Amino acid sequence: MKTATSQSSFNYRLWRYDGAPGELIPLLQSAQDHFGYVPRRAISHISGVTGIPESDIYGVITFYSQFRLQPMGKYVIRACAGTACHVSGARMIIETIEDELGIEVGDTSEDGLFTFNTVACIGCCSLAPVIMINDDTHGRLTPASLRKLLKGYRRKIGESTETAVEAVGE
Amino acid sequence: MKKIIVGMGTCGLSAGARAVYDRLEELAAETPGVCELTRTGCIGMCYREPLVEVRDGEDRVIFGEVDPDAARTIFRDHVLGNEPASGSSVVLSISPDSEIGGAEAEFIRLQERIVLRNCGNIDPESIEDYEAAGGYQGLRKSLLDMTPGEIIQEIKDSGLRGRGGGGFPTGLKWSFTAGYDSDKKYVICNADEGDPGAFMDRSILEGDPHSVLEGMIICARAIGASFGYIYCRAEYPLAIYRLEIALAAARKKGYLGEDILGSGFDFDMKIKQGAGAFVCGEETALIASIEGQRGMPRIRPPFPAEKGLWRKPTNNNNVETYSNIPWIVINRASAYKAFGTEKSPGTKVFALAGKVVHGGLAEVSMGTTIEDLVFRIGGGIKEGREFKAVQMGGPSGGCIPASLKHTPVDFESIPATGAIMGSGGMVVMDETTCMVEIARFFLDFTQSESCGKCTFCRIGTLRMLEILERITRGEGIPEDIAKLEKLSVQIKEASLCGLGQTAPNPVQTTLKYYLDEYMAHIDDQKCPAGGCLALVEFSIDASKCIGCTLCAKACPVDAIEGKVKEVHTIDTNICVKCGKCISSCNFGAVITR
Ligand SMILES: Cc1cc2nc3c(=O)[nH]c(=O)nc-3n(C[C@H](O)[C@H](O)[C@H](O)COP(=O)(O)O)c2cc1C
Ligand code: FES
Repeated sequence: MKTATSQSSFNYRLWRYDGAPGELIPLLQSAQDHFGYVPRRAISHISGVTGIPESDIYGVITFYSQFRLQPMGKYVIRACAGTACHVSGARMIIETIEDELGIEVGDTSEDGLFTFNTVACIGCCSLAPVIMINDDTHGRLTPASLRKLLKGYRRKIGESTETAVEAVGE
Repeated sequence: MKKIIVGMGTCGLSAGARAVYDRLEELAAETPGVCELTRTGCIGMCYREPLVEVRDGEDRVIFGEVDPDAARTIFRDHVLGNEPASGSSVVLSISPDSEIGGAEAEFIRLQERIVLRNCGNIDPESIEDYEAAGGYQGLRKSLLDMTPGEIIQEIKDSGLRGRGGGGFPTGLKWSFTAGYDSDKKYVICNADEGDPGAFMDRSILEGDPHSVLEGMIICARAIGASFGYIYCRAEYPLAIYRLEIALAAARKKGYLGEDILGSGFDFDMKIKQGAGAFVCGEETALIASIEGQRGMPRIRPPFPAEKGLWRKPTNNNNVETYSNIPWIVINRASAYKAFGTEKSPGTKVFALAGKVVHGGLAEVSMGTTIEDLVFRIGGGIKEGREFKAVQMGGPSGGCIPASLKHTPVDFESIPATGAIMGSGGMVVMDETTCMVEIARFFLDFTQSESCGKCTFCRIGTLRMLEILERITRGEGIPEDIAKLEKLSVQIKEASLCGLGQTAPNPVQTTLKYYLDEYMAHIDDQKCPAGGCLALVEFSIDASKCIGCTLCAKACPVDAIEGKVKEVHTIDTNICVKCGKCISSCNFGAVITR
């Protein structure tokens, strides 16, 4: 599901920027929605338009775990490592994802399809352990049901020929 | 006409409510005019999702664990037909002339629903539904019949205390902000809900977003604010989506914008998405984040009531706090005080999760005991295991042992145990949960979420984490206990914000109640609960193993032997206890002890 904020494109947002304070994080969020990450060019654009020094922008980007300076996969998997999930076997879920995709927490698979991260809590604790794949939440996972779920996504990818990450003109 | 309602909060959707809804939509289209199909937010019984309710006038029946096939049966028997609903799939049946029945009657019977009054009853995407349930009447009354001073007095009289964790009296906080003169003032709703294991705020925003908006507008009127922000974490896309719908609808109906309800009062607000930093739940860090900066806490005083957002007077409350407001304005402070205890009036929503059978949301009077919450509402411990502890207050809180289960849950009794009320997350733990490992888990969390401003919080938590990691690996030394105790005190004293001031709580409470478990790790290199992989032995349950060979393939050191279709065995001399075999097994056959 897309929220209204993510629909308004990055360029539009930048164009509309009227000097109102506090717009930096929303601008970065829309850049990330648009490109899948915050590319260098977007940072210099934002700096040029808002007058905020690039170094300050980097400071903000690196403070918040949401922002990424590398391209993200077509599917972003976020495994919950919160308390409820932790006591319900989140560690096994995280290891299963690492094994199945051959990547570690924080990495993107070589084919650019999957990015894997952990988050503190998805707010779906009563269905622990829980993961999110893009905006869809999946709960009550076991290593076995998780493997089935990932297989489903792989099959979906096989059927579509879309490119993994939207190309960014550098 | 009968009404079918599908629970479509994040919990319902992740359990498959979408497919159920789609099936019911097809069925309803085949026989037009028989029923009305709508959706609702979280009903609270997350453990039974997907939930479908069939409502016939005053009669309500809620079915649990519904899949598309079950939806077809329900439609045939109970919507088209008039079969009496029975069986274990009936979670609840409510009718005006009989007792509440169904498998989970107890779950509902012990609750008092003020904040959750509409959750599970109305379509959260319909402002008309909210209005029909009495919505925006509180705003109407505050704008047209009350002065700002009267509103604040009513909230003060109700004794409402902030539900974000600190329990600060809400009316008093409002009166501070109201007392400062300024050309601009702000209202902020803290919807960052950073405590892992807590999901009350998400459910309220997804199930009844207008109640939060209404509370905020009433607050704005009381303190004289002209603009507001809802700071919602980005991990809650559905909540943000429904808030956006609610904001647009409220604007269209004239509850937001200029000259609200013809009162001459102007107010509007917008949503700010969090960007993934736990410390941004702290109000001064949250303000820095709205201003577009790194979310670092600021020194208080000045408090936000005097100099908050953009250095203007600002009132910040939690989602649940705001959601109480319209109810109090309508029903008066005295009605609110009828619930709860003298010092903690009203109700509180708790999020039950972990090893409890009925994981979900429950709203009870303050002062309800932990035992009632875990056993009567929560249905006890999963798989018949032993209740060990309940963790309250997240990374700032502590573990309350089973021996203290008679403790009433309120702002006085919980802190007396060493834990804190927190925002209402209750993670239940059983005998298989290692308390040292849990302490390590929370320190790992606070250590990585510390913003780095205060040295003790930044480095001190790392030192504590290192010690705890050592202990869980069986490499602890007896002096570690004293070191942990000393560091706890130092970090608490030398940190600026609540994150550091409370970070040692999980360690201190586990040391207080489970010292013997720490000592077993240190003296005997044993983990009594079997939670620390480095200290347990791996074996394969012969009754569960089908000989699929997957574990043998997954083992990086070839410690597992066995032929296809034969029970496998683990050579504990070779095993490095990495746990790969556990996650590779589809049958749960690997045992750790
Ligand atoms: C580290 C830290 C994290 C916090 N996280 C939250 C949070 O997620 N939600 C919240 O409402 N309050 C949180 N608080 C408390 C807020 O600072 C603030 O006290 C609260 O939002 C005030 O609202 P209330 O008076 O309605 O409780 C946090 C505090 C600290 C120190
Ligand atoms: S702890 Fe995993 S969803 Fe909350």
